[in-house]
Amino acid sequence: MIQIILLIVMAVIMLVMAFIAIHHKSLQVAVIASGIISLFASVIYIFLAAPDVAITEASIGSALTVGIFFYILNKIRHEDIKK
Amino acid sequence: MKILRNSALLLIVGFMAWMMIHLYGQYESRDALNPVAEYYAVNGPEETGAANLVTSIVVTYRGLDTLGEVTILFLTAAIIGLLLRTEKGSRKKSVRESSEFLSTASGILIPVITLIGIYIFMNGHLTPGGGFQGGAVLASSFILVLLAISNKRIGHRLLDYTEAISGISFILLGILGILLAGGFLDNRILPLGNFGTLFSAGAIPVIYSLIGLKVGAELSNVILELNQIQGEEEEL
Repeated sequence: MIQIILLIVMAVIMLVMAFIAIHHKSLQVAVIASGIISLFASVIYIFLAAPDVAITEASIGSALTVGIFFYILNKIRHEDIKK
Repeated sequence: MKILRNSALLLIVGFMAWMMIHLYGQYESRDALNPVAEYYAVNGPEETGAANLVTSIVVTYRGLDTLGEVTILFLTAAIIGLLLRTEKGSRKKSVRESSEFLSTASGILIPVITLIGIYIFMNGHLTPGGGFQGGAVLASSFILVLLAISNKRIGHRLLDYTEAISGISFILLGILGILLAGGFLDNRILPLGNFGTLFSAGAIPVIYSLIGLKVGAELSNVILELNQIQGEEEEL
């Protein structure tokens, strides 16, 4: 029972984060929100007995993707300043 | 125009709903595995000697798929390198130094994360995880390295050689499988060993370690390219 409640709470947090990622003004906040989605998704994968997928989601979704997005954001900002 | 768009959207949503209802009506739960899954579940541990069934499927039974995935990742990294790589000597880095917190904390964290990554791909046949996961963890520790040691130049060469050597050895091991055992990427070229120990499951630990090194080097290379265009912008 408590597992189901936890799952529902995490799913709701993921939905809220997805909304923030789409509608927030600041791109940095949006990128971090998308990272949080992956983090909770990986916890849900562990609940659903898929630890392999959970490790992949945690390392790629919430570490690598966020890092790469920040590099690209930094680059775009520099181009804006130049113009 | 707007009415047209909205009605098209409505049509698509209605079609999706119709399909879902159709699928739901046809669904019936099964109480047994399908034949292929049953074969893997029954004979997998005995044939491959791997305690982690997922790994025995990914590396041995579906080894050709894994080779395809590795190839896709290699192509992606190569294309990013082709698009982003700049001429030699044109990049001068003047990135500001990383903060005290970052450099101190990363000194503690980098060895731990690297160790976890290596553990994940070396124990791929015993515990969840494997080459791809371990490689991704290795690459995420490489991000920390780049953030913490921003003033030092890190050469492409080590990463390139690691990637090339592990990729070639992976394919050579696969061909050895044809010559010595049942087929391409067969793991029985090495003795199966005791079930559940580190040196068991034939060639699976070797193959997965090679995949882990290759994936880690490829993803690190992508991050390194992105980091270097950063330095360029700083200079302009």
